[in-house]
Amino acid sequence: MLNELAHFSLNIALGFAVFGTIVPLAGATLRRSSWMQLAPIFSTLQFILVAFAFGALTVAFVSSDFSLRVVVLNSHTLKPMLYKIAGVWGNHEGSLLLWVLILTLFAACAAVFGKTLPQSLLARVLGVQSSITAAFLAFVLFTSNPFTRVEFPPFNGQGLNPLLQDPGLAFHPPFLYLGYVGLSITFSFAIAALLEGKVDAAWGRWVRPWTLAAWIFLTIGIGLGSWWAYYELGWGGFWFWDPVENASFMPWLISAALLHSAIVVEKRDALKAWTILLAILAFGFSLIGTFIVRSGVLTSVHAFANDPERGVFILMILGVFFGGALLLFALRANAMDSKGVFATVSRESALIANNLLLAISCFVVFVGTVWPLVAELLMDRKLSVGPPFFNVAFTPFMVALAVILPIGSTLPWKRAKRAHLSRLWPVAVFCLACVGLTWAMQTGRSLIGPVGLGLGVWLVMGVLIELYQRTGRGTGKWSRLLSLPLADWGKATAHAGLGITIFGVAGITAWQVEDIRVMAIGDSAEIAEFTVTLDNVEDLRGPNYLTTMADIKLARDGKFIANLYPERRYYPVAEMPTTEAGIDSGLWRDVYVVVGDAQPQGGYAVRTFIKPLANWIWTGAIIMAMGGLLSLFDRRYRVGSVAARRDPVEGEA
Amino acid sequence: MRGLKKQRRIQVIALALVCLTGATALIGFALRDGINLFRSPTQVAELAPLPGEIFRLGGLVADDSISAGEGVQFFFNITDGANTVAVKYVGTDLPPDLFEEGQGTIATGTFKDGLFEATEILAKHDESYMPKEVIDALKEQGVYQEPKGS
Repeated sequence: MLNELAHFSLNIALGFAVFGTIVPLAGATLRRSSWMQLAPIFSTLQFILVAFAFGALTVAFVSSDFSLRVVVLNSHTLKPMLYKIAGVWGNHEGSLLLWVLILTLFAACAAVFGKTLPQSLLARVLGVQSSITAAFLAFVLFTSNPFTRVEFPPFNGQGLNPLLQDPGLAFHPPFLYLGYVGLSITFSFAIAALLEGKVDAAWGRWVRPWTLAAWIFLTIGIGLGSWWAYYELGWGGFWFWDPVENASFMPWLISAALLHSAIVVEKRDALKAWTILLAILAFGFSLIGTFIVRSGVLTSVHAFANDPERGVFILMILGVFFGGALLLFALRANAMDSKGVFATVSRESALIANNLLLAISCFVVFVGTVWPLVAELLMDRKLSVGPPFFNVAFTPFMVALAVILPIGSTLPWKRAKRAHLSRLWPVAVFCLACVGLTWAMQTGRSLIGPVGLGLGVWLVMGVLIELYQRTGRGTGKWSRLLSLPLADWGKATAHAGLGITIFGVAGITAWQVEDIRVMAIGDSAEIAEFTVTLDNVEDLRGPNYLTTMADIKLARDGKFIANLYPERRYYPVAEMPTTEAGIDSGLWRDVYVVVGDAQPQGGYAVRTFIKPLANWIWTGAIIMAMGGLLSLFDRRYRVGSVAARRDPVEGEA
Repeated sequence: MRGLKKQRRIQVIALALVCLTGATALIGFALRDGINLFRSPTQVAELAPLPGEIFRLGGLVADDSISAGEGVQFFFNITDGANTVAVKYVGTDLPPDLFEEGQGTIATGTFKDGLFEATEILAKHDESYMPKEVIDALKEQGVYQEPKGS
């Protein structure tokens, strides 16, 4: 009954989404205030209806209602509660419903917080957002209905893919979707601005927090996914340049560029058309990413079984919204006249360089990702593009970005003098010294280690110097430092986080030590400065799996460090084995051990990695997200909402 | 003011063009080494690949073909129904969890004297997933079967 009600409410929501598109957009064109006033109501209703449906699906999963097809395919009564809930979005239908829920959530947020916006702008934003919701709701209802019943409900379900039964991945999709879909609201703002024919500082101030929020979620989502791949897949890699990973990385790069160009729109009244284009591209890449992941057109190591029919529907959505937006942009972009002027050496120029480098690196990732498709369609050759391509073609742009970052962020707006950079010289010299020293110490290895280390130091020191500069001259430096706006602290934190991630990536890439061998119980192996001993292997039972668990002792210079317990698990319901790595995490290195099946000649295959600075990668990502969060809480975004509360119209309501 | 803006715009466009040209050149350069062709066992049988060329070989893991080698190395055969290629796994990673006989797989490596030395075997997260290239290769030989169940 609840399921039918939920299905019905989705249908009603589709109706409201269609009306929510037509009425406000027509109202804004015809200047009918009463029509435009309906926009927030329509958006809020869509959110309530979709949230109800999502809640009903969650209830079905939690109570193991095996009359629903998705529950049968993706759940099981023996599954722990966390994974019953995570199962809601651990499948195509449920995850699309989550996608729609977030679409309407952002619309509802815009409706609530956007009361100070000009009426026609708000109506257009919500109208465009409703049209996206309508398209995806139609997709859900016509091709991927989560509320499809089965004729004969079985006694139990088929269980969730065991690889997904992990806390890291349970929360990975919601964060990633909040990021992907968060970009839809900036897209709606961009389209609304094109329709209005006006982009001003207020627009920039409105768009930035939404982009920032989406970017924060994307950063956390990608970080979680990478961390999960690291410890769950048992290969010890953190990034594989796989199509599915690139799908989330492209919107991240573009939204990072958008974040920076929106500052220029807000503060300097320049780069307007470019910012609008970035907002369109950012959501466009989210849609392209969804298409790549859902359609299965590209072979991926992270691939799940999928259905090409659904890909066609997403391709249509992509074509209509992305194509339509670009067409509108081409028609209206010249109405965006930027007034701000700036010198060749200025923060504006530095931000343009940032945007160019981010956009170009995204272009490189895009080419590498879709090249197999192009080659198959045009040259009839089947091929794949591997990490060597990305290492060569992508890395130089990131290096350039990291080099100019501290310089650009210390430059003042409009026009800079050479004196502004004088403090950075000692840092630059220090960094080059670091590069030289590490290069000399490691002899014979690649340049990635020293260069990455130097860049990491350069970024973090650059941030410190910048903060020091902001304290000015004379006494009261500390109080001046503490009274800096939160946005400045956010900027400093996020940039330092990037430095830390680069540091970690360089460390793990350049100085990793790996070893594989067959070990009998009681054997020891010397790997780098560590001693690994296979003490015992035993068969155990988990809540919904069987496991072969090894007990491995890790020591260094004869001193005991830790016991590691790598496992080979077998999930009987899914008939699927998984590998669980045993990891001893440390500040300077991870020791990562995986155990294989018993060998026919006796013993077990044991794979050991020493991974220097591994944790720095994800720590850096978290710090970047924290920086974004600090910036989001900056006073100037709250001042707007305070004004809203004092608004007389608001008082009547 | 007008003049300065125009000058800025020209500078930005010039810079963008320089970056784009650089990126295109870099992409072209990187694509020569960074790509691996896909071949089915039949294609390998028809036209032997150049020695030393890294490519990807895909098909089904032949029944009763997995046998242990020294250390963690092992042997198996990849078949597309019509032809079969012997594979020796020499990679340093453990074989993926879902690697078993009768399953679709893609191995990356080089072909030497009738033996394919694989350094990498594609892992997947879902047992009913089969790489698109493998499906196409099997369809070409007419041995592809729709997966059972859903």
